[in-house]
Amino acid sequence: MSLTTDNSRTDLGSILPKFREALETYDVPLAESLFQHALRLGPPMEIIEALIVPSLQRIGCAWEDGSIALSQIYLSGRLCERLVENLHIANTGHVNEPPRQAIAVLNDFHLLGKRIVHSMLRASGIALHDYGRVTVEELVDRVFIDKVDILLISTLMLPSALKIRDVRRALDERGTEIRILVGGAPFLFDDSLWHEVGADAMGRNAADAIQITRQWMGERP
Amino acid sequence: MMTSMQRVLTCLGHQEPDRVPMFLLATMHGAKELGLDIETYFSRAQHVIEGQLRLLKKYRSDCLYPFFYAPLEVEAFGGRTVFVENGPPNSGQPVIGNQEQISSLIPPDVSRTQCLSRVLDTIHGLKSKVGDTIPIIGVVMSPFSLPVMQMGFDHYIELIHGAPKLFDRLMAVNESFCVAWANAQLAAGATAICYFDPLSSPTNIPRDLFQRTGLQIAKRTLAKIHGPAAIHLASGRGMPIMDDLAQTGAAVVGVSALEKLDELKKSCAGRLTVLGNLNGVAMRHWSARECERQVKDAIRLAGRGGGFILADNHGEIPFQVPDEVLLAIGDAVDRWGRYPLHWHEESLAEDAC
Ligand code: B12
Repeated sequence: MSLTTDNSRTDLGSILPKFREALETYDVPLAESLFQHALRLGPPMEIIEALIVPSLQRIGCAWEDGSIALSQIYLSGRLCERLVENLHIANTGHVNEPPRQAIAVLNDFHLLGKRIVHSMLRASGIALHDYGRVTVEELVDRVFIDKVDILLISTLMLPSALKIRDVRRALDERGTEIRILVGGAPFLFDDSLWHEVGADAMGRNAADAIQITRQWMGERP
Repeated sequence: MMTSMQRVLTCLGHQEPDRVPMFLLATMHGAKELGLDIETYFSRAQHVIEGQLRLLKKYRSDCLYPFFYAPLEVEAFGGRTVFVENGPPNSGQPVIGNQEQISSLIPPDVSRTQCLSRVLDTIHGLKSKVGDTIPIIGVVMSPFSLPVMQMGFDHYIELIHGAPKLFDRLMAVNESFCVAWANAQLAAGATAICYFDPLSSPTNIPRDLFQRTGLQIAKRTLAKIHGPAAIHLASGRGMPIMDDLAQTGAAVVGVSALEKLDELKKSCAGRLTVLGNLNGVAMRHWSARECERQVKDAIRLAGRGGGFILADNHGEIPFQVPDEVLLAIGDAVDRWGRYPLHWHEESLAEDAC
């Protein structure tokens, strides 16, 4: 079964806007039933690609332009994560290999930004280590042990964002080849901050996180 | 020349005073002045009184700002504040570990809570120095925004959506605390209260939810506060809810650098004084020239007719912002902020040509 037939594509095309609306209004039963219906139209990974990923990306971007509020993103991300988890699939690129992507909150007592990004990535089929809240030293150690080569860091406070410099320095000293993607409130107010702290890119929202992580995963040697 | 108090009151009456009032809302910079680390600085009222007075002299701001830090209120509820050496402290693990605890939560007694008394002593000390010449701005977290620190943002969103009774109970506790805390600051000598409510911003929750929750809470709470109030979204967006904010009873609204100042001013005209919207995080890098450009631009967009106070967009200037920047902002207000804004007419005429 694949999405190549015209009928299944048309069906999905009509489900997509309804599904997105169900997420935005947090209509759990409707979102669940639309998703179940979609699953009959193709393999799970393709349904995730065609339904969940574009919905979450649009919701993520809509936050940036102010048309969708954070609570809506959080709840819809969690809901999609649940839907995908129930399918018991995780696309790490290589079956049975631990992921080489990780996400962490540096120093701050604010886990929501990371939680949203993490849910959205998982709901898009990207597995990653979740380090929770860590200090610079803990983060560097864990990245080294897990052989992580794509690291996502979320911060809320400016001093925590500035600490990313120390993460980069310590990883460079160990000769770790790694790409760092940063995000969180301070980056939204200063477009050059990601560069200042030695990151490779910043994301303004969870949709950016999906897009950039995927791109980097595809660019691995 | 007007005193800061006269300048600000004229401005709040939507009239043009002698120049645009400027609120440089520096909290931690006082520690630098006194050569203290941030934690030690906030440990005694005397430090903050001295720090605020030195900053006033140095930067010529039109207000005193005895705000310590937001987690202080959670400290009053039994929480722990975590300090860092180069920035504002944050609140540590949530005090409300599970929803059930809300049923037995009681508001702290303002007159008997040591961390709050330090702030009241600070306000009192400042008032005895400046009398009625300079506004003293007290600060409260809104009952609606406080739970982000009391219980963690994710658990709070789940409470709002999933447990309406407990949510109402938490709001009742927080409202009674907020009113008592604001009124104690006014009684100690604060001129006005800045009510921080970023959760109500459309950045965080949809407008219809805000209208059912944060808006009603703000109306109820501000009605019981015995003094003028500003509502501040702490750099969250506000444009889509301006009509709602105008009904809260607040006289001033703090606005974000993420929105257009001329449009904000237009939508507030005659109803709310606009406070903002310089970008504090970006300000760290500004050259003197950039400071002048930013200040001039803000005054051009929002200065005419009064009803505009120049400030940063968050209600707190980051510790990393250097003195030179704050001094350059003051110089630029002096140069471009004098009413009537003749240069403004000229630049409009130039635009028209
Ligand atoms: C709501 C709010 C509050 C609330 C709740 C804050 C909280 N979460 O704890 C209250 C009133 C309690 C508050 C208090 C304070 N605040 Co405040 N607050 C805000 C506000 C308006 C939104 C923050 C928020 O929680 N957003 C929701 C979260 C989920 O969004 P987010 O983390 O940004 O995540 C999104 C994106 O950034 C992105 N993302 C996040 N992580 C990642 C990671 C990657 C890899 C990628 C790609 C993307 C990504 O995706 C997410 C979803 O779209 C911001 C300003 C703003 N407009 O953003 C200031 C802001 C965060 N606050 C700030 C400050 C300083 C404080 C205080 C320290 C003030 C004080 N002196 O007391 C306190 C401390 C609070 C505490 N926790 O102890 C500053 C921090 C920067 C700085 N100057 O250091 C900000 C940025 C304001 C500013 N413009 O300066 N605040």
